[in-house]
Amino acid sequence: MTELTTVEQILERKSHPVIRDASVAPTDDMHDRLLELEAKGEIVLQRMKGEYVEFPTKYGRIKKIPIQHTWHHKSCGHCGHIPGYASSILWLHRQFNLDYHDPTDQTSCTGWNYYASSASNAVGQAAVMSRNFAAAYETGYFPLIHCGTSFGHYKEIREQLVHHKELRDEVRRILDKMGKPLVIPEEIVHYSEWVYAMRDKFKERQLVDMSQITATVHPACHYYKIVAEDAIFDPEIYGGQRTAVVTALLESLGINVADYSTWFDCCGFGFRHVLVQRDFTRSFAVLRKIETMINEVNPDLTVTHDTGCVTTLDKSQFAAKAHDRKVGIPVLSDAQVAALAMGAHPFRVVQFHWHSTDWRPFLEKLGINWQKYWDEFQNDLDQIKAGTKSGITWEDADKPIHLTA
Amino acid sequence: MPTTFENWNPGKAENRHPEATYEEKERLFLEVKNDVRYEDFLYGCYECGICVSTCPSARFYDFSPRVIAQAMAREDVERIYDIITEDIWNCAQCFSCVRCPRQNNPGGLVTILREVSLKNGLQESKDALQGYSRVIYKVMLKGNQVSPDMLQPDFFPDWGPWVQNFSQNMHVWRKAIPMDSIRGLTDVAWRTDRKTLLELYTIWFESGNMDIIKELDESLYDLLTDVMNEELEEG
Ligand code: SF4
Ligand code: SF4
Repeated sequence: MTELTTVEQILERKSHPVIRDASVAPTDDMHDRLLELEAKGEIVLQRMKGEYVEFPTKYGRIKKIPIQHTWHHKSCGHCGHIPGYASSILWLHRQFNLDYHDPTDQTSCTGWNYYASSASNAVGQAAVMSRNFAAAYETGYFPLIHCGTSFGHYKEIREQLVHHKELRDEVRRILDKMGKPLVIPEEIVHYSEWVYAMRDKFKERQLVDMSQITATVHPACHYYKIVAEDAIFDPEIYGGQRTAVVTALLESLGINVADYSTWFDCCGFGFRHVLVQRDFTRSFAVLRKIETMINEVNPDLTVTHDTGCVTTLDKSQFAAKAHDRKVGIPVLSDAQVAALAMGAHPFRVVQFHWHSTDWRPFLEKLGINWQKYWDEFQNDLDQIKAGTKSGITWEDADKPIHLTA
Repeated sequence: MPTTFENWNPGKAENRHPEATYEEKERLFLEVKNDVRYEDFLYGCYECGICVSTCPSARFYDFSPRVIAQAMAREDVERIYDIITEDIWNCAQCFSCVRCPRQNNPGGLVTILREVSLKNGLQESKDALQGYSRVIYKVMLKGNQVSPDMLQPDFFPDWGPWVQNFSQNMHVWRKAIPMDSIRGLTDVAWRTDRKTLLELYTIWFESGNMDIIKELDESLYDLLTDVMNEELEEG
């Protein structure tokens, strides 16, 4: 046989499915390194207290996902622009009476700024992460990271901290000034992994039939491309060749998940681009993602699990209409879809009004009389405006809509 | 210079930027190479182009993660200077390129190049970040990157009439969120304790982050340090 060229070797290797074997994984097991650092007294390793479930990651290592006592690391993007994403996550916890903590001792991971501007450095970024994790540790609750970028960025920083003693020493020096230890949680957990772990429980409580719905999935780059070996893979989902989160939830809820050719592509967010160079963001989001989805499978909605992706895919569709592009797919997070399936109020909880691509046809297809709930919500707003109500409370929002109808 | 076996290096970049000396270009490259992360991000390059096939910026701009990895692997100082002054701000930091079979991280290399560019006050980076200072101001001072009040029709006309509608209703819509930590807030994404913010300011000073801001934008630096110092003194 003639010898293969380098490129042929690469193509040959890439033509085979990834073999999931922790012992032959091409990367070190971070957990072993963390245990060593803990034994040396260099870090505090925060462990999960209480119930957790285990899933295989890309190369077959096992990742623990906590069920409750979670510290909700909010995302600056979703809290600023898509609050229904965050309130849906908490609403789901409340439906099962799961203990959680919504902290005010939290800053942004500042990763968006870092990837957009680089106006920070490795020490600054690692110190921000460690300060947030130390704050979680002080409460005894385990961090659950809402944002895909925070999740990826923290995993990247964890690697850097493990690899470089000088970085650890410098971060420890800064944390000492605030009397905080250098804490690293035993797992860095993304909320969509918790949603994945809970999907059968959601299905048991499902009130809205979703079997008429076809959806596409946009896996968030920073969930599974940064430190790829730490994302959850399941042999039942795409033969274990893609991340299992989001897709598995949708399938559990009876949604038909349709494949499309540009699933691996980024949404076009670009960090700096979405703020100051949106022609890039818009073009990529519409031409490579939304139009491809429409041309290939024409879904009722597209679902993702990161702040930036929801914003980019949703907001980019308006201007493209002027150019007669094929647009009009509503965009939601997996938590919003799960909450909706369990009867969350479309406005009090899921907060559809923060999304700009028309979501009405989707709700109509689900048989949800959005106008009725919109009127109810308008009444809330009128009371807030009149000063007779301070705001929507969990008391208003907790009960599923079908039970209040 | 006649081509000899010693200086034969096909593809080696010409001097496209005579305004900077070779020594200056080499100094910048060495600063990049001395970053602790450099060795984690670059292992060599097959020039297979797998990174390019996944890169959104390569579709949109004249930009190539392969060229970045390749120039670094070959230590092509001239080409690296071209990249630092012409290319780095095009990267979308999506990290699709880490699909690299050689385990390179071209997006990570871009991050180091950007940091070195900022630390050395390169004009191209100042230009690229024009219009971005208000975000840096917010993230460093409030600990929140974006907030609802940044959604103004003037800044987001391409997001359509929804932005108009939103900005008119913003105050009441915020109160109509059931989540305590974000309900009612408009100038920040969530409520952050004062103690937490003081700790954040300590991080910015102690990590050398303020020095980067000083190079990038002196007036932003003055603005930030005034507020932070005053708050830290109050304790
Ligand atoms: S991180 Fe930058 S270089 Fe890498 S694929 Fe994304 S845009 Fe391209
Ligand atoms: S994928 Fe890796 S090896 Fe291939 S061209 Fe890109 S950087 Fe080089």
